[in-house]
Amino acid sequence: MAEMPVLEVSDLRVSYYTDAGRATALDGVHLALNAGEKLGLVGESGSGKSTMALAMMRMIKPPGRIESGRVIVNGTDLTALSEEAMRKARLSKIAYIPQGAMNSLNPVTRVGAQLVDAIVAHEPSAPRKEIEERCRRALESVDLKRGVFEMYAHELSGGMKQRVCIAIDILLKPRVIIADEPTSALDVVTQRQVMETISRVQKQIGAAVILIGHDMGLMAQFVDKVAVMYAGRLVELCGVREMFTRPLHPYASALIRSLPSFSNKGVFHGIPGLAPSLLRLPGGCSFHPRCPHAMDVCRTAHPKLETLPDGRQVACHLYPQKA
Amino acid sequence: MASISLSEPLQPGRLILGLNYLRRNKALAVGLLMVLLLTAFTVIGMLTIDPKNAYPLSVEPKQPPGAKYLLGTDFFGRDLLSEMVVGMWQTALIGVLAGALGTLIGIVLGFMSAYFGGVLDAAIKGLCQILTPIPVFLIQVVIAGSLDKRDVTIYTMAFIVLLLAWMWPTLVIRSQVLTMKERQFVSVAKLSGVGSLGIIFGEIMPNLLPFIAAAFVGQVFSAVFASFYLAVLGLGPLREPLLGNIIWAAQGQGAFFNGWWWWPIWPATAMVLVLGSLALVNMGLDELSNPRVRRTE
Amino acid sequence: MNWKRLIRRLLFLVMVIWAASTITFLIPRISPRNPIRERFGELARMGGFTPTDLETIIASYSQKFGLNKPLWQQYVDYITSVARLDLGVSMNKFPKTVWALLMESLPWTTSLLFVTTVLSFVIGNLLGAVAAWPPAPKWLRTLATPFVLLMGVPPVLMGVFLLFFVAFKLKLLPMGSAYSIGRIPDWSFSFILDVLKHQILPALSLILGTLGSWVLSMRGMGITIHGEDYVTFAEHKGLSGVTIFRDYYLRNALLPQVTGLALAVGTMVTSGIVIEQFYGLPGIGSMLYDAIKVNDFLVIYGVVLFITIVIATLMVVVEMLYPLLDPRIRHDT
Repeated sequence: MAEMPVLEVSDLRVSYYTDAGRATALDGVHLALNAGEKLGLVGESGSGKSTMALAMMRMIKPPGRIESGRVIVNGTDLTALSEEAMRKARLSKIAYIPQGAMNSLNPVTRVGAQLVDAIVAHEPSAPRKEIEERCRRALESVDLKRGVFEMYAHELSGGMKQRVCIAIDILLKPRVIIADEPTSALDVVTQRQVMETISRVQKQIGAAVILIGHDMGLMAQFVDKVAVMYAGRLVELCGVREMFTRPLHPYASALIRSLPSFSNKGVFHGIPGLAPSLLRLPGGCSFHPRCPHAMDVCRTAHPKLETLPDGRQVACHLYPQKA
Repeated sequence: MASISLSEPLQPGRLILGLNYLRRNKALAVGLLMVLLLTAFTVIGMLTIDPKNAYPLSVEPKQPPGAKYLLGTDFFGRDLLSEMVVGMWQTALIGVLAGALGTLIGIVLGFMSAYFGGVLDAAIKGLCQILTPIPVFLIQVVIAGSLDKRDVTIYTMAFIVLLLAWMWPTLVIRSQVLTMKERQFVSVAKLSGVGSLGIIFGEIMPNLLPFIAAAFVGQVFSAVFASFYLAVLGLGPLREPLLGNIIWAAQGQGAFFNGWWWWPIWPATAMVLVLGSLALVNMGLDELSNPRVRRTE
Repeated sequence: MNWKRLIRRLLFLVMVIWAASTITFLIPRISPRNPIRERFGELARMGGFTPTDLETIIASYSQKFGLNKPLWQQYVDYITSVARLDLGVSMNKFPKTVWALLMESLPWTTSLLFVTTVLSFVIGNLLGAVAAWPPAPKWLRTLATPFVLLMGVPPVLMGVFLLFFVAFKLKLLPMGSAYSIGRIPDWSFSFILDVLKHQILPALSLILGTLGSWVLSMRGMGITIHGEDYVTFAEHKGLSGVTIFRDYYLRNALLPQVTGLALAVGTMVTSGIVIEQFYGLPGIGSMLYDAIKVNDFLVIYGVVLFITIVIATLMVVVEMLYPLLDPRIRHDT
């Protein structure tokens, strides 16, 4: 039963115009998510994961620019919206959990005020009492006391602040939630708390979640599908089980292989070489300089993201598909 | 096994990166340009004009600007062009002297205070804080007023200005060094066994440079401003054609109402240009030292 | 109310007053000449003083400067008289005491300086905030630069230009003095209007001459605040530009600026001196200027001390009020 995907990204391209030249941050990314699905987006620094998040929220600032592509959430193309319409779409259609909420809350206003203004910005005529009640209930649903409404950001711990951000994000029941490394600044125990919270609220409102990060262990516990990015491109997308047991793309398999495991104690596999500079991407497949399976075609032709018979997607000349 | 080829993108030369940056940081660019032009004016002027003409009874008095006297002459028979050149030179001297010394003292004190901490820190910081509410300018006025008119030279003016101008750079440098002391690169250096001196000059100083530059420009600005104010009140070395002095003399002779508009206008314009360019450079340096701004726009 | 903090701040105040008095005490003793004796000589020569008057002046000065007593004794006398708020007698405007002169000119000065400081702060900071706010229209943001350039036009020069163009050439506003010549001060509406009209140019000179530094500092602050995570998250929340500007950006950027307000009063006062004299307004500035010209020492020192105390007190007040604005500070002791 094919449902209409709640999120569809097609051919998204983003560049940054720096003093040293033009850097290609996203080089034609395609992605689709259904309601309630959880996708993990992994990759090294500079692979484009955070840029993806910002691009989907249309928050790319100069010197960056969305060159082309579409981001369709629940049937609406976000890239075609006016500034004002996009502003309304943020938080109501697509929400963003920031990385490390240490500083994401306004230090001089109360937490409650920051929940309230989120609602007021989208529903200006809602009665004040009702707004306040909704906010307090949102705090409860992330396991915080209703009294947090009156507190200031500096009175909260890191984990609590992160949960406040989650509470803010679910106020308007968005269809897509992007969690950009939400637990990287937290200790393991708090990490678990936050991830559980995200899980729970996501089920409650039936949103699709994109979890961005590089903690494969976290991915394994939380997501349904995993997408691997490299040098601004999506190179593999498959179910989380398959990713760990049988990764196809050479980069993905190198990633999995580099994970420490009990059976292989003391043996570490890295990935030789360095990620390419986004200013000068290698010709052909961006990974070919570091790929142990590189062929001649890899140097010249760019592999497209193909869908395999079992539903997996991979962009590699090792797996050519008929058009 | 495919060979690993690392493609290193060509880095544009540093000069080009610098010029590119100036294109975006217009305040800095314009400010620097103005400073450059003013310096050129002063230097070329000092080399070409006859400094004697900047003093009374050298040329025909009260002449409007014309072919013979490019900027006109004043009531006392001084050629305005010569006055301007010499005045700029002296203003620059006071400004740079007081500014540099003030910044230097600020660096030394601020540094010692932050780096060594303890009683020294408390003393220096306390001293600066207590002296802050005291209206510095008024004290300078009082000092200048107490001196015998004959004792007031450019150098005494610079000294007076310097006396109370070192507090702010000290506090600024101190707070910057304090933040840096705790930052990781210092701890790393210490762990690697780099000695105190090495840390000071190798690690901390380079990061302080933008702040030192901004403090220096700020101090030069204050010094020029203060000396101008003192001169306008008639407290400067009256014989010298300091720009403020010229205006004071012009006011004293009712220049505007007598129709000798050029007399106070040139020094006023020059002062505006000098202070304005310094303010712009300061604004530009502000942007430079804030890395966040450099990435946007 | 945190008593420990208040006491520390009051101690600070005392230290400042002590430092200021010490400095004013030391200044006439810098040069080997004795300017006071010279003044007495001048006064005596000028005439117009009965021998008893002269005696009183000399006595008052001797009491403070105790020129025949050992240095430490002089110092103690001086400090104690300051503590008693006995600032002595004016030489120039005898027999008025320094304190009386201060109180006379205070109302004029306070009104002018209060208004100009507030307006300069508000306008300057707003301009600076907008200048650093990327979503603001480009033309509005480039407006900041010329205002910073205004920093190059100190209030006195501003006064010169304004006076020349607006008052002299265009005859739009009066040329000086506090109110039109020949009027008797009263509380009538027309008099107040007249006074206001006379204050416009001086106020304008001061405001235009001082807002440059607010623009500059606020712009720097704004750039930093704009880069903060909470501003970015506010945008992620889909808040309108105006809301983010007001509640997330401005509120945070203004805080550090407020601490500079007390000092700004000090700068305003020093600029105010020349402006008052220039426009012939009867305030502390004019009084000080006249005193400087004739070396009326006690008046000068009295004014310096008074201004120092005012500034220091303002600083303490602002510091004590700051926790009301910044909740992060409230919980520290």
